[in-house]
Amino acid sequence: MNEAAPSDGVKKVPLLQIFLAFLTIGATSFGGAVPYLRNALVERRGWLADPEFVEFLSISQSLPGLNATNMSILVGQRLGGVPGAILAILGMCLPGGILMFITGILYKEHGGRALTTAALKGVAAAAVALVLYTAFQLGRKSLNGRADLVFVAITAVAVAVFHQSVLVTLVAVGAAAILWHHPPAEKGR
Amino acid sequence: MSDIWTLIRVFGYLSLLTVGGGMAAFPELQSLSVDTYHWLSFTQLVHLYSVGQLSPGPNMMMIIPIGDWVAGPVGAIVVALAFFGPTAILTYVVGIWWGKLAAWPWRSSIQKGLAPVSIGLLLAGCASIAKGAIIGWETALIAITVLCVLMVSKVNPAVVVLAGAAVGMIFLN
Repeated sequence: MNEAAPSDGVKKVPLLQIFLAFLTIGATSFGGAVPYLRNALVERRGWLADPEFVEFLSISQSLPGLNATNMSILVGQRLGGVPGAILAILGMCLPGGILMFITGILYKEHGGRALTTAALKGVAAAAVALVLYTAFQLGRKSLNGRADLVFVAITAVAVAVFHQSVLVTLVAVGAAAILWHHPPAEKGR
Repeated sequence: MSDIWTLIRVFGYLSLLTVGGGMAAFPELQSLSVDTYHWLSFTQLVHLYSVGQLSPGPNMMMIIPIGDWVAGPVGAIVVALAFFGPTAILTYVVGIWWGKLAAWPWRSSIQKGLAPVSIGLLLAGCASIAKGAIIGWETALIAITVLCVLMVSKVNPAVVVLAGAAVGMIFLN
């Protein structure tokens, strides 16, 4: 990646446009934000080139935070600095946030009704499958070799079976896995 | 007021656990919000998470109702800021440095090492939520069917979750 410093050669986009673009994505991205982001930012508006989008996505996935919000920060920063990043994440979060706020109020009042409970059972079962599918897809894309499967298993079992804290597991297994994937040779450290 | 501080502490902490996605934080979210602070029942948490998959945007907006139930609209806003703020700042800083780190050999090691851990956390989260969601052969059947549909087709996940709701209304009522 030969990324130029963000000040030269990089297209700046008016802040209002950044906000409106992310507000639209935030309001329409049903079933996962990434494809919508790519469509809106790369294909439709041409604000980013595809390799850059992929690079941002890879940063987003390596850091804590959701893909949708991390992508908003990175793209917003690239297009409009700090205000761009703030407006992007705000636009991304507002529609879903308001929707879930209302949903929460309705759920508290009507969540106990038989028909609602039945629907929620179905939704929850489908959501479990969705998480499994996401894990499967990520695994196919980003696991290298058998050792990685061992790291996956240790992490999952430590948290799910032995109820170890997520933070401790993340740090301990993460450190081991990073050391396992250490850089090849040590030349001129 | 003490509720607000607790919300900030809990969701600020959960924020940093979401490596690879919001689901990674689910076991801890369950332990803190259900077992430690009794903000809601486990079933309610499973329902909120699942309904959250139907909303557009980031798929963890289900934390907002928790904030609202605990401390009203202010709680909802506080929870959102605490949950999205820390990782937003971290991502912003790393984003600036990322290009400069390209020559650092450990950058790729960190990425490769965190990938299996994040998938493990995702599976652990899946196991936690499954305990509340797979409650009989009917729900198991729905989950298996949905998984198969997602594997073989390119259908939008939100549509499949919605279909789960319809099947539930018809057969689980």
